[in-house]
Amino acid sequence: MDKRFVYADNSATTKISKPVLDAMMPYLTEHYGNASSIYSLGMDSAKAILKARETVAKAIGAKTGEIYFTSGGSESDNWAIKCAAEVGASKGKKHIVTTVFEHHAVLHTCQYLEKHGFEVTYVPVDEMGLVHISDIEKAIRDDTCLVTVMFANNEIGTIQPIAEIGALCREKKVLFHTDAVQAIGNVEINVAEMNIDLLSMSGHKIHAPKGIGAMYMRAGINLPNLIHGGAQERSKRAGTENVAGIVALATAVSECTKNIAEKQERLSKIRDRIIAELTKIPESRLNGDPIKRLPGNVNISFRGIEGESLLLSLDLEGICASSGSACTSGSLDPSHVLLAIGLPHSTAHGSLRLSLSDENTEEDADYICEVVPRVVEKLRAMSPLWERILRDEDIDAE
Amino acid sequence: MIYSEKVMDHFANPRNVGEIPDADGVGEVGNAKCGDIMKMYIKVNDGIITDVKFKTFGCGAAVATSSMATELIKGKPIEEALKLTNKAVVEALDGLPAVKLHCSVLAEQAMKAALADYYKRQGVDPALIIGDLGASDVCEI
Repeated sequence: MDKRFVYADNSATTKISKPVLDAMMPYLTEHYGNASSIYSLGMDSAKAILKARETVAKAIGAKTGEIYFTSGGSESDNWAIKCAAEVGASKGKKHIVTTVFEHHAVLHTCQYLEKHGFEVTYVPVDEMGLVHISDIEKAIRDDTCLVTVMFANNEIGTIQPIAEIGALCREKKVLFHTDAVQAIGNVEINVAEMNIDLLSMSGHKIHAPKGIGAMYMRAGINLPNLIHGGAQERSKRAGTENVAGIVALATAVSECTKNIAEKQERLSKIRDRIIAELTKIPESRLNGDPIKRLPGNVNISFRGIEGESLLLSLDLEGICASSGSACTSGSLDPSHVLLAIGLPHSTAHGSLRLSLSDENTEEDADYICEVVPRVVEKLRAMSPLWERILRDEDIDAE
Repeated sequence: MIYSEKVMDHFANPRNVGEIPDADGVGEVGNAKCGDIMKMYIKVNDGIITDVKFKTFGCGAAVATSSMATELIKGKPIEEALKLTNKAVVEALDGLPAVKLHCSVLAEQAMKAALADYYKRQGVDPALIIGDLGASDVCEI
């Protein structure tokens, strides 16, 4: 098969789509007005922001006034968690419930709060990568001010029982935040029906540019600001609006939520074909639930090889992917997500995440299925660990 | 993170990969938990390292440093190989990202472990010649 270029790392970031680029371009060129200005050039920007807010709100079942534009997923997560904690503390509630496998934007924010007198319960996930509602229920206390659980996991793609958690939190009268950065456009989201109080989203995961995101905050919650300054975003988030980014985000949200069922069907078919082919490789395993899973997420571990060299080898073949190995996580340990679902370190090091988007085709899948087994075999041939696995030694005893 | 062209070359086309079935010395360092293991085989004749092969489980830098280390000692007298430092391996690769420097240390240790094994097989206490290998069970970045 001829060498191709296959971008299969859409959970890391995505290419800006043509409709998004077309929609935002006028706001980078002729419509450069500050939305706070009174003249018509400024008013054009203000109108574009209003329209964008309506679009984003409609896509997730929110009211227009419940959407606030931010710089991205990390800012939205920080805002939701730190400021819900601040409100909680003022009422003597200094306990937060989250899960062990959240994105670092949530985990590290919770750890920061722990250093500032808050208590955090990290609810476990099962070996399929799913949170159990009973574990959340057990973790909620009288002094819990916030429950934050991601909608879909960024590494293994598992989709969490968000509506159930939402209903539970509403009943217990605890604020509920969800990081929906990976979920939006892949799963139907209705914040009202799902009893979600706070939701984070990001533009660059859905074919909008980096540096733009939004937070949904249910009317009446009224968290304090994270970013103080001017009166933008109804005085809730200061900083001159990134008009082009906001228009891009709204266009991307509108595009990706248009035909979710159709997308799920098309992508999950490609996903399942890749999973079926790659798990034929000996000593491999699928990480995460096979069904309750993002339509474009493949996460497979191959024993006896290390993730970074797998990625570099795939890159030489034109495939962009990611891994949960320590080498690519920038820390001593492999991915906290893979460890949380019970993988031994050695197996977590050899993980491969492929994340597909609308841009990926059946031909991309053919190419992946042809290249990955060959590369795994090549790396295993030079791996002293693979020798030991073949000899049936217990490599995780150390 | 950026790898030099030399690192990528030694990763994509590693030199001296494999095993030596009748090796005179074999050394293995690292562990599965940390995500890197290097195994080095040497053949010695008249005090000269006539052949060297390696197998590595690890990241791109681990493969490249193993490959470069074998290149640097192949055909050299043992005394010269013993002087090889991780720094020389890094320099020969036109540098490594800071978080990958430990891979070069591992490559030096793997080579020294193979030489230690060689001395042991000769009935010589390797500690007297090579000293402490400095191998540790703690993962490093």
